[in-house]
Amino acid sequence: MDEAPQKHPLEQLSEHISAGIGDAVVASYFAFGELTLIVARESWVEAVRFLRDDPECKFINFIDLCGADYPEREDRFDVVLHLMNPHRNTRIRIKTEANDMDPVPSISELFAGADWFEREAYDLYGILFSGHADLRRILTDYGFDGHPLRKDFPLTGFVEVRYDEERRRVVYEPVRLPQEFRSFDYLSPWEGTDYVLPGDEKAKS
Amino acid sequence: MTIEAQEANEADVRTFNLNFGPVHPSAHGVLRLVLELDGEVVTRVDPHVGLLHRGTEKLIEYKTYLQAVPYFDRLDYVAPMNQEHAFALAVEKLLDIEVPRRGQLIRVLYSEIGRLLSHLMNVTTQAMDIGALTPPLWGFEQREKLMVFYERASGSRMHAAYFRPGGVHQDLPQDLIDDIADFAEQFPKALEDIGGLLTESRIFKQRNVDIGVVKLEDAWSWGFSGVMVRGSGAAWDLRKSQPYECYDEFDFDIPVGKNGDCYDRYLIRMEEMRQSNRIIKQCIEKLNAPEGRGPVSSEDGKVVPPKRGEMKQSMEALIHHFKLYTEGYKVPAGEVYACVEAPKGEFGVYLVSDGTNKPYRCKIRAPGFAHLQAMDTLCQGHMLADVAAILGSLDIVFGEVDR
Repeated sequence: MDEAPQKHPLEQLSEHISAGIGDAVVASYFAFGELTLIVARESWVEAVRFLRDDPECKFINFIDLCGADYPEREDRFDVVLHLMNPHRNTRIRIKTEANDMDPVPSISELFAGADWFEREAYDLYGILFSGHADLRRILTDYGFDGHPLRKDFPLTGFVEVRYDEERRRVVYEPVRLPQEFRSFDYLSPWEGTDYVLPGDEKAKS
Repeated sequence: MTIEAQEANEADVRTFNLNFGPVHPSAHGVLRLVLELDGEVVTRVDPHVGLLHRGTEKLIEYKTYLQAVPYFDRLDYVAPMNQEHAFALAVEKLLDIEVPRRGQLIRVLYSEIGRLLSHLMNVTTQAMDIGALTPPLWGFEQREKLMVFYERASGSRMHAAYFRPGGVHQDLPQDLIDDIADFAEQFPKALEDIGGLLTESRIFKQRNVDIGVVKLEDAWSWGFSGVMVRGSGAAWDLRKSQPYECYDEFDFDIPVGKNGDCYDRYLIRMEEMRQSNRIIKQCIEKLNAPEGRGPVSSEDGKVVPPKRGEMKQSMEALIHHFKLYTEGYKVPAGEVYACVEAPKGEFGVYLVSDGTNKPYRCKIRAPGFAHLQAMDTLCQGHMLADVAAILGSLDIVFGEVDR
């Protein structure tokens, strides 16, 4: 008696979700024991509401919302949401793509806990959320400029602070690096580096 | 509106703003709360966080997987190893490697020591916030002993870097295991002493019962976890529901509250410490049993560097050591979310790998961040003095909130 291999409950759930909001789901995949859905930005709120309210899904526990940056893409950001259903002990990850111009609809109406997490994604990536009541910076300094977790933001930042004895206050100054920032190229030690060592151009010519 | 009319209106409303923190002793670190008060009743709370923001997630993107481990000690610095654990689990999930049994037991042992560290700190300092001075003195005596166990295992009292992807850094010497066993014998007595000061204290109850009540459906929607949902009546604990390492072998109970107030959360933390002590005792028994012997970390040499002794003998070990401490190991591309039941709640790591030796994105899901944002709702209608009691009972540590 050989039976067809039993489908993982999350894969069955994925089919159920596709039946419910199929046109919103752009892609879904099951990897490392976790189910990921990618939904279109315009149906973001609708999809999250379905996952929260549908009796089969019931993902009522907000876990996490964060951004991720893929600068080579046209819509460079991902908004990644993790939800959990504590009654069935299942988790799900939902993603949508975003850019720095068009806002993503906010889900803080659906999950009270999304409020600060969306503020954080705005602060660190510059992802805008429409319908968010209070989209202020949260983690960075008062009056900070830029979005530090973007891949094109340098690790050292642009300004540094110190206490100025004469002016009796903290002053902001451009970053000065006494030693050059060291970024090792571990990945291709035998194929050469992308900078030219002084003198190397003579060997090539 | 004329200026006179505006002044008259302001006189009618009579609310005023109060800046609580960032260096207030019961702000548990660097929290700035902008409070709006109507008399002594709180009408609005606006927490300003980020004063301890160090860009941990950005820094991790520029480090190899092994170099990223110590950043996790600096998040919730009250229970450092529990944080490392989440990261180690995430990397192990991507690499698909199994930790040897003794490594798992040591991880469980030190996770529970971390839980004791954190709960001792929280219970006693929350009592101090509302006026009890003796509990911190007694609690910190026990914490001191636990931190010595940290030091004897890892060389550091707090920033251990002990749970590494693939296992733990070093094996525990037998006399350390024996000393932890002795500690577990005397700890319940010390815990009863602290409980004797607080549990039935009239003042402690007046300040905590019916303060900061959380309803269960709100708790889920706010993203609460750990003690914050157990206090509201959900028997939810990741150690039971999604058992990682070998937690399913252990016999322990999950305390659940009824009312969701600060006092219930206090009682749960006290009971969890008793349960942790039970787990520690079972752990020591298992570590001393013959099945508990063996390696403490993955042995194939591709993730965990070889020991010094081996390097003196084997050329291959020397190469592995050099490669792992310079280039590190490459992790297959993909994304995972791994979480542990940290003392403060669900501590998760969302890790995206692009197949190189550095994480592409490492989002740290800190339980305190989700808990703190409910301050506004929890404090509304309470008195100013209750703000400190509620804040203490949320169990906030700024290392993990601000990251």
